[in-house]
Amino acid sequence: MKQFLVFIRKEFFHVFRDRRTLLIMFGLPLVQIVLFGYALTSEVKNITLTVIDNSRDENSRQLVNKIRSSSYFVVDESSIDYNDVLAAFRKGSAKCALIFPAGFGNDLLHQGKAQIQILTDGSDPNTAKTVVNYISSITTAYQHEISRQRPLKYLIIPEPRMLYNEEGNGSLNFIPGVMALVLMIVCTALTSVSVVREKETGTMEILLVSPFKPLLVLIAKAVPYLILSLLNIIMILLLAVFVLNVTIKGSIILLFLESMLFIITCLSFGLMISNTTNSQQTALLLSMMGLMIPTMIFTGFMFPLENMPKIFQLISNLVPSRWYFLIIKAVMLKGLGFKYIWKETLVLLAMTLILLTIALKKFKTRLS
Amino acid sequence: MSAVLLDHITKTYEEGKVIAADDVSLQVEAGELFGLIGPDGAGKTSLFRILTTLLLPDKGTAKVLGYDCNKEYREIRARIGYMPGRFSLYQDLTVKENLDFFATLFGSSIRENYDLIKDIYRQIEPFNNRRAGKLSGGMKQKLALCCALIHKPEVLFLDEPTTGVDAVSRKEFWEMLQQLKKQGITIVVSTPYMDEAVLCERIALMQAGKIMAIERPDTIISRFPDTLYAIKAKNIYGLLTELRKRKEIASCYPFGEYIHITLNAPASPEELEQALVRSGQEDVEIKKIRPTIEDSFIQLMNRANTEV
Repeated sequence: MKQFLVFIRKEFFHVFRDRRTLLIMFGLPLVQIVLFGYALTSEVKNITLTVIDNSRDENSRQLVNKIRSSSYFVVDESSIDYNDVLAAFRKGSAKCALIFPAGFGNDLLHQGKAQIQILTDGSDPNTAKTVVNYISSITTAYQHEISRQRPLKYLIIPEPRMLYNEEGNGSLNFIPGVMALVLMIVCTALTSVSVVREKETGTMEILLVSPFKPLLVLIAKAVPYLILSLLNIIMILLLAVFVLNVTIKGSIILLFLESMLFIITCLSFGLMISNTTNSQQTALLLSMMGLMIPTMIFTGFMFPLENMPKIFQLISNLVPSRWYFLIIKAVMLKGLGFKYIWKETLVLLAMTLILLTIALKKFKTRLS
Repeated sequence: MSAVLLDHITKTYEEGKVIAADDVSLQVEAGELFGLIGPDGAGKTSLFRILTTLLLPDKGTAKVLGYDCNKEYREIRARIGYMPGRFSLYQDLTVKENLDFFATLFGSSIRENYDLIKDIYRQIEPFNNRRAGKLSGGMKQKLALCCALIHKPEVLFLDEPTTGVDAVSRKEFWEMLQQLKKQGITIVVSTPYMDEAVLCERIALMQAGKIMAIERPDTIISRFPDTLYAIKAKNIYGLLTELRKRKEIASCYPFGEYIHITLNAPASPEELEQALVRSGQEDVEIKKIRPTIEDSFIQLMNRANTEV
């Protein structure tokens, strides 16, 4: 037991004396959270909307004011001529435009039907779609408002609600995703490198010749990273709550236990990689490059898994982060308890056992 | 019981293409300081790895302290000390941390076996808080030796401990080994330096996976079959090409500032000197010398080559 503790202490020395490891361990999550939370959000805010009002009546002005008062748009009423709009799009000086035809208010009041044109830059389909949605919903709201003043209008107005995320806070979906991604990559990469480093520097030769059990070598290697990864989770959650304004709805203890399970899954995966490679470079390439893309795609936080071809959906079942993502979303965002996530937990547990068995089987008690 | 026993060991790599050990048999008695002498690639490290249970031989049995290297490797691992050829300690840990770590790993402590390592450890103790990676070559070797010794092993395996170490440190290192031998530890050491061979009690001369001789160093030297002469002249390169052409020369090779030669009977050194002067060599000096281990090694190697 004393040997085991000394071994773990030695591993901590390695980590704390190697700035690169610390940087990967704590810098990577920080950067990812901030990037995903701020830079890569799918929300559209403060977008400039060019308004060409050929009608200039009460109704068109009311609608424009409604749009202006929302936080999404900055209304630009610079009097561009309708004919110049396309040129402005081509130059890039306009991203979206709202055009009222002449006699907009007149049509609306007398025919009960009027048209507006929304122009968006389709080369950026995400933004374009969002802009169209925003303007449509503002328009519908306005329509609803004015029809209330007049009797005999039966309008069915769809009223979309985003459950669990009423304000459309983009970071809500990203936080569990980033947690899954970061833990998967950091844990796997660092553990795999830490074992392979011993092989590369030749210290593994001495460790093997010692009476210390090879199995304990593996476990002692993993323990420091487990502890550091738990610290990492705390950091990510603090960032999420205090910087990105995410509220954790479920039990924090459950969140922690599930995260711990997932970390152990990743550590086992890292140990498995390290036992099959012989250089730090291969191990790092395999665990970072090899895992980054599949994790990003198959976790389901960037691209919905349901839209993928069947074969990809099947593959995604093999990616541990996918299951962790589901668990975290359920606990953190929906506030669900263990009975809703026991299946996913079981899958992770099974994966861990399989990976750990392979890792231990593959561990060589000799050099070749 | 021999401390170390190799019985018809064969080890090949890359599916038999590279032969590291070719039917090697040897015994090391308890308390002996045994040297494995041979150039790079002779197969020394492979033998060490077989004995330290890191590699399995293709054929043959290896035993350390009576335990089988294949089946009872756990017993062996608890009883031996091993210092690999490459510096294999943690470069980012300090001297003291390394020593502490290995002491605990082997179930011992620095205090418990301080006496055993104190002569060596005292020299590096002032650098206790320096990281191992920042030590000089000689100090690294001393630290590695301390780490290999800290659990008081019964057999100590040192794979090329003096390679890349300066002459003074090498000398010190061998003095330390003599001290350790006095404490009853069996030591198996390998080296490519022939001049270190005489410092061992018995040596095995190794070449291309084969053992050419296992004897006491002076016995090997006394078995040198011919009379050995050292010869030099003003133009040493011209002399060497001239010698290689002559029929009365059995063997010749450069050795320091001299060329070592053996003669075919019935040639005599006096006749050779005269013949060389006649052929235009200036300042020819020829003298009879006592062979060294290196001369024996070259002679054995040449004989092995001609037999093939």
